[in-house]
Amino acid sequence: MQYPDHFDVIVVGGGHAGTEAAAAAARMGAATLLLTQNIETIGQMSCNPAVGGIGKSHLVAEIDAMDGLMARATDRAGIHFKVLNASKGPAVRAKRAQADRSLYRAAVRELLEHQDNLKIFQQSVTDFVIEGDRVKGVVTQMGLTFRCQTIVLTTGTFLGGKIHIGVESHAGGRAGDAPSIALADKLRALPFRVGRLKTGTPPRIDGRTVDFDRLESQHGDNPRPVMSALNSRDDHPEQVACHITRTNPKTHQIIEENLSRSAMYSGAIEGIGPRYCPSIEDKVVRFADKTTHQIFVEPEGLGTTELYPNGISTSLPFDAQLAFVRSIEGFENAHITRPGYAIEYDFFDPRDLQYSLQTKAVEGLFFAGQINGTTGYEEAGAQGLLAGINAALFVQNQPFWEPRRDEAYIGVLIDDLIQLGTSEPYRMFTSRAEFRLRLREDNADQRLTERGIDLGVVGQQRAKHYRTKMDELKVLQKQVEQIWVTPGSEMASCFEVELTKNTPLPSILKRPEVTARHLQAAWPEVSPVLISQVLIETKYAGYISRQDDEIAKIRRHESMQIPQDMDFSSLDGLSNELRQKLAHNRPATLARAARIPGMTPAALSILLVHAKKAAVH
Amino acid sequence: MSAGLTDDVIAAVATPAGQGGVGIVRVSGAGAQVIGQTICQKKLLPKTIIYTKFYSQNEVIDQGIVLFFQDGASFTGEEVVEFHGHGSPVVLQRLLDTVCHQGARLAQPGEFSQRAFLNGKIDLTQAEAIADLISSTSVAASKAAMRSLQGVFSQQINQLAESTAQLRMRVEACIDFPDEDIEFLQDIEFEQKISQLIAQLEHLYRECQQGQRLNDGAAIAMLGAPNAGKSSLLNCLSGEETAIVTDIPGTTRDLLKVDLLVKGMAVRLVDTAGLRDSDDEIEKIGVAKAIKQAKLADLILVIIDADQLPPDEWEKHISGLLISIEPDIPIIIVMNKVDLLGPDRPVNSHINEYPVFWISAKQSSGLEQLKDGILQILGVTPSETIFIARARHLEALDDALHHLMLSRKEIIGHQAIEIMAEELNLAHQSLGEIVGAVTPDDLLGRIFSEFCIGK
Repeated sequence: MQYPDHFDVIVVGGGHAGTEAAAAAARMGAATLLLTQNIETIGQMSCNPAVGGIGKSHLVAEIDAMDGLMARATDRAGIHFKVLNASKGPAVRAKRAQADRSLYRAAVRELLEHQDNLKIFQQSVTDFVIEGDRVKGVVTQMGLTFRCQTIVLTTGTFLGGKIHIGVESHAGGRAGDAPSIALADKLRALPFRVGRLKTGTPPRIDGRTVDFDRLESQHGDNPRPVMSALNSRDDHPEQVACHITRTNPKTHQIIEENLSRSAMYSGAIEGIGPRYCPSIEDKVVRFADKTTHQIFVEPEGLGTTELYPNGISTSLPFDAQLAFVRSIEGFENAHITRPGYAIEYDFFDPRDLQYSLQTKAVEGLFFAGQINGTTGYEEAGAQGLLAGINAALFVQNQPFWEPRRDEAYIGVLIDDLIQLGTSEPYRMFTSRAEFRLRLREDNADQRLTERGIDLGVVGQQRAKHYRTKMDELKVLQKQVEQIWVTPGSEMASCFEVELTKNTPLPSILKRPEVTARHLQAAWPEVSPVLISQVLIETKYAGYISRQDDEIAKIRRHESMQIPQDMDFSSLDGLSNELRQKLAHNRPATLARAARIPGMTPAALSILLVHAKKAAVH
Repeated sequence: MSAGLTDDVIAAVATPAGQGGVGIVRVSGAGAQVIGQTICQKKLLPKTIIYTKFYSQNEVIDQGIVLFFQDGASFTGEEVVEFHGHGSPVVLQRLLDTVCHQGARLAQPGEFSQRAFLNGKIDLTQAEAIADLISSTSVAASKAAMRSLQGVFSQQINQLAESTAQLRMRVEACIDFPDEDIEFLQDIEFEQKISQLIAQLEHLYRECQQGQRLNDGAAIAMLGAPNAGKSSLLNCLSGEETAIVTDIPGTTRDLLKVDLLVKGMAVRLVDTAGLRDSDDEIEKIGVAKAIKQAKLADLILVIIDADQLPPDEWEKHISGLLISIEPDIPIIIVMNKVDLLGPDRPVNSHINEYPVFWISAKQSSGLEQLKDGILQILGVTPSETIFIARARHLEALDDALHHLMLSRKEIIGHQAIEIMAEELNLAHQSLGEIVGAVTPDDLLGRIFSEFCIGK
């Protein structure tokens, strides 16, 4: 049967990418349908129960700045909050929250169910309706056809999913769900390059069988950070501690003895795993000189005793898992509630996508999340947000939203994927962002919200909150520029600095020993958020203006298009290696060419001349 | 990456290398007029030629005439100022330094022509020629610079870049992986390492500066079988008995370098050991040196004993000599000892597509034609001299040093690790202009292979 309503945007998948995509498209006024195989698992955290971390919380802040879900849901579900890199500078500080899985799911579902323009339907998608090179709808398992203008596909690790435990393997999605085999076959028939990745999970443990007295406990921060600009600590549920334990030589010995039975080492797995998230087998083999590895014991939630021992993901057979887990301090009597496993899945080479995340091959079809070779809820959510916005813009016949590398970590993420592709599950790190000092958590709203308001993806409440903050900030910044501090004055004493003459306030704020505490003392009536904002921007001013110059140059290079049919092999003066890289990457602009490893100023000059020549023709 | 579209001011010496009567420094871009006025301490008017002193700070460094072209009325289409002063390389370098100090940057190879093209001052049909010019001059320049910094220098720069990458890897790991229980870097260790780096870089910078030989010219390497007459040719061209010329094959075991003027152009002629398989250890070393030298040359002269080698073996012999040489180096075949051939000798103008010159070193015949041939090939790179190329390297080293010092200040003064990281990144970028850039992915790869990261 054909469903009677026609949708603007259909989102396939209810994970972190899918929910952000559906909510964003709906916020923009598009008639949106979220199709999921299981409504109960909408917003499921299928890996460890934590949101944020270095680089990742920057993405969360950006999603929040565009009025997305993740930060708001995390505040409602977070049971342990920390600021990482608290002793380091503001550009690299990050928040992380342990979340109660069921509270998180409930929060996401509630946000979606209160979203106008959004409908949810439970059914597996088995096929697409494609006419010409354009999507027209989807077909579900029971033969139901939904007509639409755009599809955002966010099927995560479900495509061609295969689970490995020891030498056993079977088809499966994650966390007990069925894989999407039919859809994977359909997609493989389309002209996309497909690759295979793998990831793993640790065995879960029943907290009642753990001796917590023998573990080091770690409490959340006080004062507790808040994820969303719109929330406060009052939104947080009850807080609990995490724990730390370690592997030991006995653990490593058990793992080594059973290596031949590990799916990873028996050759059963062809997919490539992330280097920054190795299995315990990998750690023991590759870093044989380390006699111990840390395990971060994360609570799964308030209403369950189940624990997630982060750091021992494994594909060893169950008996070996049990043996090595019980060799660990505090886990001597541990009961495993779910065995660890490795999962292999299909991903589509992101180089077959455009910056909008629309596929190059099929008009109106967008891909977001793990399907594009990334890992992590935050990376998935960021892509979902962008794909959802762009699907709605496609329907509105408006230009796409394509944030640049100097504007947002989302821009870094998309640009890395589309330019370079990926050979392992891609994760965000701050070191990937060359404009790290600008791309901070604290100014995510200043970087993005205005644009979000223009696009129509930001709701009234956030828009109002943002404008109030900006008005106050502007007044404050102006004041800072105009104030001179007199030696011996009351203000001078607030900063605890020696002054010999009247000094402009900014040069006092730039001194390393001057912190937010001092400025707050001088201006007790101003909110701490604004105090820290003014201080950060004053301290980084020199670096920011240097980066501004660099960005101006990049934008000029961006305006110089390189024809898509340029024959790089015929260009004299380029090394063969560079020619191959250019032919492989086919950069659309000079700015993108400049980011190809090994590019030199002279080679760029040659490209510029040829690009200009083509432009005049 | 410093190949901007046209927004900044670029400068270069516009006259050929070596001692000449007049030397020109050309400055182009919005702001050239202001720079010109600062250096001349006079107002510059368009279409007016003035004779003036050139100042650095308040010191007179040269005097000559200065020309100012307004936006749109110059060769590049931008504001252009030209200083016509004395041709001494030292004076020109000083003037160029002063111009750069006032806000210009050293032009990239071919950049003036490129700007002219981008601003519509050069016809579209010349675009290919400009791209060729950029590619040939940049190849020549980087080769010249590598040659001037070869051996110890290039090793040291590579080592510096590697140490910087190592340090950055640890700093980036501190930032991105704070909750791993790994001590990536202790303050004391960092301070030691960065101080060591700074000391190395300062040392290298000083050595580079001292080692700068401003009148270095284009390098011409001579290759050939033993006793083909390389040393005799060198003597002919230089007019002195500098190389030992004997009849025993393999006499020239070490490299012999002679600086000379070929029709007014400074060149360095490098005579190499005869290329042949040998059991003599010393001679083997000489052969290896010869090949290395040839790879760094701007031009290779292949010398052949036309009397000894039968014509049907020439092609094979030449291919054999050039087997490990990059195809982008221009090559001239010199057929020596034509005096011993009969009147019906071959007169090929090309062998294996290389131009051929027939000479007799002994009788000094055919040398004028050979010199003209050499000039024709080397003449395409008049302004991109070694010292400009090297100046660019020195500039990069200086920048790197500056940023390393700022980075060290952060660790000593205040623990702003992200600023430290930014300065290290900028230092690394500067070194990358010489040895090639490192991407974030490279750094992450190093982190993951060195440390056990990951929960």
